[in-house]
Order: sequence, then C-alpha cells, then structure tokens
Amino acid sequence: MELNDFLTLLTAITIAVSCSLLGCFLVLRKTVMVGDAISHSVLPGIAIAYLLSSSFNSVFMLIGAAVFGVFTTLLIDFFHKKLKLQEDASIGITFTWLFAIGVIIITLFTNSNTDLDQDCVLFGELSSTFLDKIIIGDYLMGTRSFWMIFPVFLIILVFILFGYKGLSIISFNEDYAKSLGINVGFINLIFMSLVSVTTVMSFESVGAILVVGLLVIPPATAYLITDKLKRMLIISCFLAITSCIIGFYLSILIDVTASSMIIVVSGCLFLLTFGYINIKKTLIF
Amino acid sequence: MKDTIIYFFTDSVAFKVLIGITIISATSGIVGTFSFLRKKTLVGDAIAHSLFPGICLGFIFSGTKDPFYLMLGSLITGWLSVWLIDVLTAKSKLSSDTSIAFVSTFFFAIGAVLLSFISGSSNGNQSGLKDFLFGKAATMTNDDINVFVFLSLIIFLVVILFFKYFQLISFNKEFAKSIGIKVNLIEFLLSTITVLTVAIGIQSVGVVLTSALLIAPAATARYWTNNLPKMLFYSALIGVSSGVLGVFISSTKENMPTGPWIVFILFFFILLTLLFSSNKGWFSMVRKQRINRQKMAEENVLKVFYQLAELGVKNVTYSEFLNKRQMDTKELTNTIVSLIKKGFINNDFQLYKLSEKGEVEAARIVRFHRLWELYLTKRLNFKEDHIHGTAETIEHLITPEIEKELLKELKFPTADPHNKNIPY
Repeated sequence: MELNDFLTLLTAITIAVSCSLLGCFLVLRKTVMVGDAISHSVLPGIAIAYLLSSSFNSVFMLIGAAVFGVFTTLLIDFFHKKLKLQEDASIGITFTWLFAIGVIIITLFTNSNTDLDQDCVLFGELSSTFLDKIIIGDYLMGTRSFWMIFPVFLIILVFILFGYKGLSIISFNEDYAKSLGINVGFINLIFMSLVSVTTVMSFESVGAILVVGLLVIPPATAYLITDKLKRMLIISCFLAITSCIIGFYLSILIDVTASSMIIVVSGCLFLLTFGYINIKKTLIF
Repeated sequence: MKDTIIYFFTDSVAFKVLIGITIISATSGIVGTFSFLRKKTLVGDAIAHSLFPGICLGFIFSGTKDPFYLMLGSLITGWLSVWLIDVLTAKSKLSSDTSIAFVSTFFFAIGAVLLSFISGSSNGNQSGLKDFLFGKAATMTNDDINVFVFLSLIIFLVVILFFKYFQLISFNKEFAKSIGIKVNLIEFLLSTITVLTVAIGIQSVGVVLTSALLIAPAATARYWTNNLPKMLFYSALIGVSSGVLGVFISSTKENMPTGPWIVFILFFFILLTLLFSSNKGWFSMVRKQRINRQKMAEENVLKVFYQLAELGVKNVTYSEFLNKRQMDTKELTNTIVSLIKKGFINNDFQLYKLSEKGEVEAARIVRFHRLWELYLTKRLNFKEDHIHGTAETIEHLITPEIEKELLKELKFPTADPHNKNIPY
C-alpha cells in the first residue's frame, strides 16, 4: 500500500469509527435527526471561527462547534417543549435557520480568495488530505486532518468506556435512567457537543452532509443485525472500516470523490443486510 | 426604497426572480401544510437530498441541462426516496427518523459520486448542476419560470381536485381508510406533489434550505387558525411575503444569497408567532397559567376558611390557617390580599373572616369537593382514603352544568363519604 493511500485511509477510518460509535446512541435514542440538524447547524460556528482566526486549524473551531451544537440542541428543545411545536418541525426550522445564517456570514464577510465556501463545507475532499503532512525532524507524524480527528476519537472512546453503563441505560430507557438519578439532560448535551465537534473536525475531509451518513448508516445496519449494545458498537465499527476500505479503492478505480463513495458503499451494505433479513423472515414464516 | 421597487418592475431580470420566488413560495406553503399536518416535514428534507442524484442522472442520460430532463430524473429519485423511507420504516425496527436520515444521506452521496463522475468526464456542460445544490434565485431564466408556472399549476389543480381526500388523510388516516378511501393512492399523489414542490423549491434556495420553505410557513399558519382552507391561505401568504422580502434584502448588496435570507425571515415569522400568538403563543400560555394558579390558590384559601368555620373558628389567624393547610406564607398573603379586594374576606388587624359573599363562594367549592368524593365512592367504587387527592384537583374544574348532572346522579345528597355536610 502506498504511504499516501495509507494516510488517507487512516483519516477516513478514524472519522468513520468515531462517527459510528456516536451514531449507535443516536439510532437507539431515536435522535438521528437531531444529529443531522447539528451537522448542518455548525456552519455558522465554522464561519465565525474562521473569521476570528482566519484558519481552519484552531481552538476557535472546536469551541464554535461545541457552542453551536449545544445551542442547536437547546433551541430544538425550546421549540418542542416550551413552545409546543411538533418535533419534526422544530428540528427542521432550527437547522435550516442556523445553516442560512452560516451561508449569509460566509457570503457577507469572506471574499472569493478565502478557502471557505459552501462546497467545501458540504462535500469535503478526502483524497487531498494527505497533502497536508506534519513532519517533525525527519519523521513523518501523519496528516493534519488525522491529528484533528484523533483526539476527538480518543475523547469519544473514553466517554463511552467510562460512561458505558449510564449511556446504555439512557439509550434503552430514559425514564428509568432519570429515576436512578442520572442527569440525562447534561449527558445529552455533552453527547450532542461531541457530535458537533466530530462534525467540525471531519467536515474538511468528508463534508457536513456526508458526516451524517457515517453517523447513521453503519449503526443502523448494526442495529438491524443485533439488539445488544456492545455487539452493535463493535459491528458498526467493523462496517464503518469495511466501507472505508472498499469505498476508497472503488473511488480510485472509477475516479470519483472518495468520501461520497464510502457512504454509497456503506449504504449498499445496509440495503444488502436489510434485504437479507427480510428474505430470511419471509422464508421462515 | 422607492428606487428598489421601481427597479424590480422595470428590470426584467429582477422581475423574473420576483415572479419565480413568489410561485415557489406559494406552492411550498400550500404543499407544506399537508406535510406538516401529517408530521412528515422531514421527509421533505430527505426528498430534497434525493433529487440530487436524479438531476445528475437526467443530465447523464440526456446530455443537456434542459429543465425537463433534470426534472424527470429528480421526480424518479424523489419518488424512490419516499418509497424507500416507507418500506424501511414499515419492514424494519428502525425508527422513522433513522430511515429518513439514511435515505437522505445515501441518495445525496450517490448524487455526489455522480457529480464527480460527470466533472471527471471532462464534460464542460455540467457547471449549472451545482446551482441545484445551493439555489440560483438570482439567475433564473425564462425557461425556468415557465417550468415553475406549469408545475405549480398542476400542483394547485391536484390540491383543489383532491382537497377533501387530502384533508381527511392529514387529520385522520384511519378514518379515511375505514370509509373506503384508497389511502395509498392519495398518499402517492401527496408524495408526488411534494416531490414536485421540492424540485422547484431547491432551484431557489438549494437542497438544505428547501425544507424550511415547506415547514416554516405551515407551522406558523397552524398557530393562526384551526381551519384548513384558511391555514393553506395563510401559509401561502407567509411563504410569499418572506420570499419577496428575501429577494428585496438580497438585492441590496451584490452577491448576497436569496435563499438564506428567505429562511431567515421565515424563522422570525414563526418565532414571533410562537411567542406572541394570542391563543397558543408562549406569552399567552404563561399568562393563562398564572391566572389559573391564582384562581386555584384563592379557591383553596376560601375552602380552608370554610372548614375552619365548620370547626367553630370564625376569626382566623395566620398560624391557625397554616396549621390546617401547609402553604407558602408569601403566597398566602398575596392570595388573602386579593380576596380582600374582591370582598370575599374581611379583616380586623390579624384576624380574617369570610364575608357573606365569601361564604357563598367557599360553600360552592366545598360542595364541589364533597360531591366529587361522593361520586367517586358511589359510582366508581373508590376507597374512601383514595378520593381526596382527585377531588382536590377536580373541584377547580367543575362547571355549573357538571354540578347539575352530579346532583341529579347522586339524588341531592346531604353528606359526603366522610360524613361531612354538603353545603348548598
């Protein structure tokens, strides 16, 4: 395997695994659309952070993402619970508004010379991530995009390992979790800010819309296969890695964007699983 | 301002944009109302994403950017997405929001692959395809407008012809099924006009923001009226006014995007409505709650005065009151002040006493309480020690009509289950 391919794949897999770990809980808690909304709503956060620091490589970005992630969650809750608007409409209105603000900020305050445009936020370009290498001394330390997502991956891993019991109770029975004295609202906010941080750290590579694909598709496939949380987490990571590898090489083969191809592959794996399970059902009964 | 308005009516390009946006927002407002009532607004978001591969396919197969082929392609993938969401939700344990998110990203990714395939195949003609992603309100052509007018006329016609069925399905699908309406067919029609609406909507505001055109006007209109024809009208009106305002704002500066401004204005319409709407708005809700709480506190205080009077304590002090019923001292003071103002309670320094008017009112509440307790034990076979809590709540809600019914049902009783007098 070529070094550049390896570096690109490493970034893709780290992003995909982080997303699918988070996604399992989104799927179980039926809050996938909130995750979807967050991935769009971080746009103003990205834009503001970029304006303040004029680069994608900063702490501003992280803070902006986390703030807007939490803000989105709170705004949706405010519309739904306080103002009594039905949930789907609350989600739809919130993320479109924030996304619109993001676009307005980008067009108002940036000129055509900046790297920041809607295309890059929506699509991202995985195949060019290897261009930005970090070299210390004579040693290659990996790519910048890998080092952006890797700490997030570690945080997610730690969060899930240490909060496993609480998270699993919340995912399957929120009311029971509340009765045990678990602060569901707080954990939810941390969770949603993790989703937004992941989105922001990976949007350069895979884009905001396609991040949702990684959040949803591998966990949804895993959920079709198993009911056990532990297995679901492992299977969805496995599916994410598989889709990354197949998608990446397919994209080179037919010369298309790698990030979209990864989603298409994992979507096909989902449809295959769905078809297989349903055929098996009809054959048995 | 005057200059801007003159500009819009003399400059044919700007006028075209205005016409195009008006048509699009009116149509979205009307079709969105049905999606909103069926709680399927996010399906609109999925459809918007799914049109992307259809547009690319239309371009690949026809080789042109002719709106007709692009529309045809998007119609097919749009339908597919609606169908797939239904199948996934019905035939797997996935929740509907997971299915929606799956379909929208999967289709969008296919579109992105196709787009990069087209771009890669050095076909110089594809530049216009990206407009579908972000909208191209500012560069609408005559052809586009013609397509919009044609499609929106079809949509209006369908809505008028099938209005009764759409109404039934939006409010009560099970009922519609039971009276023999072909629900599947009507739903198919509804999805078709939704797909068409989204297809013309993404031309103005792009993929991500189209769902706002569907959701926000309908949601706002829902808070203005309960009547469906009126709701459709308001929704279209809100859509059109935000559309027009958006076009004006974006025309004030070069390169200002139209779609995001429309969404921005829509958001303020709905936020203002949700906060200030006279019957269901947040502020009126808070006011109603406060009035209700006040009324309940007053009734509870009067009741305690009545009970103390039954025990022989006519002139009540604070401590006597608080011994009988736990209450926040400040709240008690406020309530008593308000009751004195209304003339229900008279006071002599620290001693408080029911006035004649107050006695009648207090007797009424005690009567409701005891009647309800009696009703619970006699007719619903509740145990005597379980009835007080429910009666505490219901006594504030009983109307004179219910009282009459209760009296008739219980044959004008004189004593409650605890053997206390029921005052008349």
